[in-house]
Amino acid sequence: MSGPGVGWYLVIAAILFGIGALGVMLRRSPLVVLLSLEIMLNAANLTLIAFARQHGNLDGQVFALAVMAVAASEVAIGLGLIVAMARRRVALDVDQANALRG
Amino acid sequence: MGNFLVWVIWFVAAGACLGTGVAVVSLTNPFYSALALIGNLASLAVLFLLLSAEFLAAAQVLVYAGAVMVMFLFVVAYLGGRADAPWAGGSPLLRTAAVVAATALLVEIVVVLGLAWGDELSDPADVSDSFGSPEEVGEIFLTDHLLAFEITSIVLLVAAVGGVVLGTTREKGADDS
Repeated sequence: MSGPGVGWYLVIAAILFGIGALGVMLRRSPLVVLLSLEIMLNAANLTLIAFARQHGNLDGQVFALAVMAVAASEVAIGLGLIVAMARRRVALDVDQANALRG
Repeated sequence: MGNFLVWVIWFVAAGACLGTGVAVVSLTNPFYSALALIGNLASLAVLFLLLSAEFLAAAQVLVYAGAVMVMFLFVVAYLGGRADAPWAGGSPLLRTAAVVAATALLVEIVVVLGLAWGDELSDPADVSDSFGSPEEVGEIFLTDHLLAFEITSIVLLVAAVGGVVLGTTREKGADDS
């Protein structure tokens, strides 16, 4: 494989995961928390694909495809929840949304 | 020469990836955050291509940058001004703790990966040109991982139904007739 080795991709994935984790813990808007979650999932995907390339084994890519499907479902549910929160006039702030009562 | 070109593409894609990632977390307007995430996903697709995962790169652009992000932008537009929450919450102590925890996570990942695989990562396996093509991924997905494929389809169905149920409002008294 010409160009950078697999280790360089893993470093990028680790930094991306850290950025995503920071966003999930720091931000208050549930929308941005969801976006940061997407960054974390994609960092994991990059790791899976890098190791699939390293070992010449396609199982990692299949797993990454399944992760993509789960991430899409997660966004659908999360956005549904956010819209439901907005309809019920609940403040869109994860620090205030700490009760599950409807 | 080709080697140098791959390095240049890698640098541009990795830099764009990290830059847009920081932008997603740091921008105050959720709309701009979502737009930055589209750039993040597109540059990740370039990295996938460099790792000879052609089908996944295409799926990334279609599913994520296309479908999922359009859904996101619609919801941000629907919420309008209500989507603007304060940038960060909690006491300064909590914020510092979040930064420390994220940094610790990053250091842990790098150290563990480096200790476990640092020596082996220099020489990746030789793969054929069709590695990562839709044919090969599809064949493995539908033979070795058939159960995972079926479960994924059920997860997507349940999520779609759940999204509709969460999104519909039932007007009180409207369906009494």
